[in-house]
Amino acid sequence: MSSMSAPTTALGLRMPTKAWTRTAVRVVLYAAVLFVFVMPLWTMVATVFSGTTLKTGQMSLFPGHFTLANIRTAFRFGVGRGLLNSVIVTGVGLFLQVTVSAFAAYALARKKFRGQAVVLLAILATMMMPEEVIAIPLYLVLGKVPDPLGGSDLLDSYSGLILPVVGWALPIYVLTGFMKTIPAELEEAARVDGARDLRIFFQIILPLCRPALGTCAVFGFLMIWDQYLLPLLVASTPHMYTMTLVVTSLSSSQEQGEGVRMAASLMLMIPSVLVYLGLQRLFERGMLNGSLKG
Amino acid sequence: MALTKDRPGGSPRSGRPRFPAGNRTPSAPRALPRWPRVATPWLFLAPVLVLFGVFKFWPTLWGMYLSFFEVRPYLGNRWVGWDNFSTAFHDAALRSAVEHTVVDALVTVAASALLGFGLALLLEGPARHLRILRTAAFLPVVTAMVAVAELWNTILYPGGYGTLNSLLGHLGLGPEPFLSSPHSSLASVMLIQVWKSAPYDMVIFVAGLAGIDRQLYEAAAIDGAGAWHRLRHVTLPSLRPVTTIVLTLGIIRGLRVFTEIYVLTGGGPAGSTETIVTYTYKQGIQNNQLGMASAVSTVLFLVTVLLTCLTLWWRRRKEA
Repeated sequence: MSSMSAPTTALGLRMPTKAWTRTAVRVVLYAAVLFVFVMPLWTMVATVFSGTTLKTGQMSLFPGHFTLANIRTAFRFGVGRGLLNSVIVTGVGLFLQVTVSAFAAYALARKKFRGQAVVLLAILATMMMPEEVIAIPLYLVLGKVPDPLGGSDLLDSYSGLILPVVGWALPIYVLTGFMKTIPAELEEAARVDGARDLRIFFQIILPLCRPALGTCAVFGFLMIWDQYLLPLLVASTPHMYTMTLVVTSLSSSQEQGEGVRMAASLMLMIPSVLVYLGLQRLFERGMLNGSLKG
Repeated sequence: MALTKDRPGGSPRSGRPRFPAGNRTPSAPRALPRWPRVATPWLFLAPVLVLFGVFKFWPTLWGMYLSFFEVRPYLGNRWVGWDNFSTAFHDAALRSAVEHTVVDALVTVAASALLGFGLALLLEGPARHLRILRTAAFLPVVTAMVAVAELWNTILYPGGYGTLNSLLGHLGLGPEPFLSSPHSSLASVMLIQVWKSAPYDMVIFVAGLAGIDRQLYEAAAIDGAGAWHRLRHVTLPSLRPVTTIVLTLGIIRGLRVFTEIYVLTGGGPAGSTETIVTYTYKQGIQNNQLGMASAVSTVLFLVTVLLTCLTLWWRRRKEA
């Protein structure tokens, strides 16, 4: 970090300005990177809006004539319902996830109590039990737990799509780590003024956690929005399909062309890309905290 | 913000004397009776503990329990001991699924770390255009796996009309069957996984590279070390901790690969891309072999726990 302005690359290569061949090589490599990582996504956009299909010929990179027909067809085949369900599940799920994680983090970061080490170990252990590994018994459990919204069990219900994603170790870790950095004096001062835990939590700790809450929100959004196996287990009627299920159900019914499938995929993709672009700084910081410090 | 205003003087409303800053102890101001003090942390933890209990611990333990039973809805479960385990592990389909999973995890993790490292070397730096390029290259990572799978299903469409095949046609190659032939399906799936995860590794390596002291390079350059030597003796040793974490976490994640396989190929053609989780999903949900599926899940869970503990232990030992 000390010499950001020095013309050295990561390898420590000096890059003299006159070496234009080196610049040319770099530009070619940049083009290759864009071609490999961005071009496929661009073909998706082009396919959706150009109306060309595999059957009529090659997909074009530049829409010859602009059309919304694919989008309209996609909505006829359940994309609207899928988007609505995904928005409900992600919105409610994310809100609950951040709330309960912040509550837990407050206890873990700001309190000393008997059994704290056991709780930390239990939270760590949940990292090793993702849905993929416990899918079968999770499915059976979902069939046994009564739906708090009134149904007989959690299968084919919003509760079943939402509740299992609410408890997640990552935001608890992020928030616990962040809350530990808040100086104790702030809390003590409030305690002298007669504030109790709930008040301290809501009026002092939580507002100070805003940056960490942002990171958690980005990760939580991507995690819940991208859920596939859980909806696959829970939703049995198209009425409860989330966007990921709608996209895959479109691809298994063959009569729609890839233009329609790409339209649905695009609508699944756009919200996460927008969230990432809007909150990139928060996202990258959280990613590094998560992967380097665990 | 009322807090900061009141801070020097304590609350004007409370008539209690101010505590001198020095001898404030956590219990000094208004000590609660004992039981609320003990209960408070648990009340804050309760929602998370209940959720983890119901959706993580209960399924895990129940899965372990069920793996010793023949699960018969309406008839009652029948104890079969280790039968589920031995049936599963004598199943050739599972053995090849395990093979595919291990190959897939090792190859994709290694390939995306390598590619990510290359990308990081190329795109590391504070310049604005590099930042934009990194952002663009990162888009596959944030795109939902299902959307990525659908996209590549279209790009890899077999026959001359597929996007990639028509490109290959211009170069005088192909057409390749990609996902539709058992010979190329696993490789194609791995290619897509690397496409999605390499930029992720790139960002981690970029952070690792930014943390290397540039003076080391200067020193190496003065000693007359060429680019290759600097890479080998300065860059790679400095990145070793980052690399081991990227690799081990990637392999643990790779063991539970599901969505991309299930959406891209459904495990086919002819079981050529079947992985452990797609196998258990089919056995459990589609074939109703819940006991056997639980047995396989239990073993997968234990392997995951073992690998995670090894990683943690290893990392702690390194840091100590």
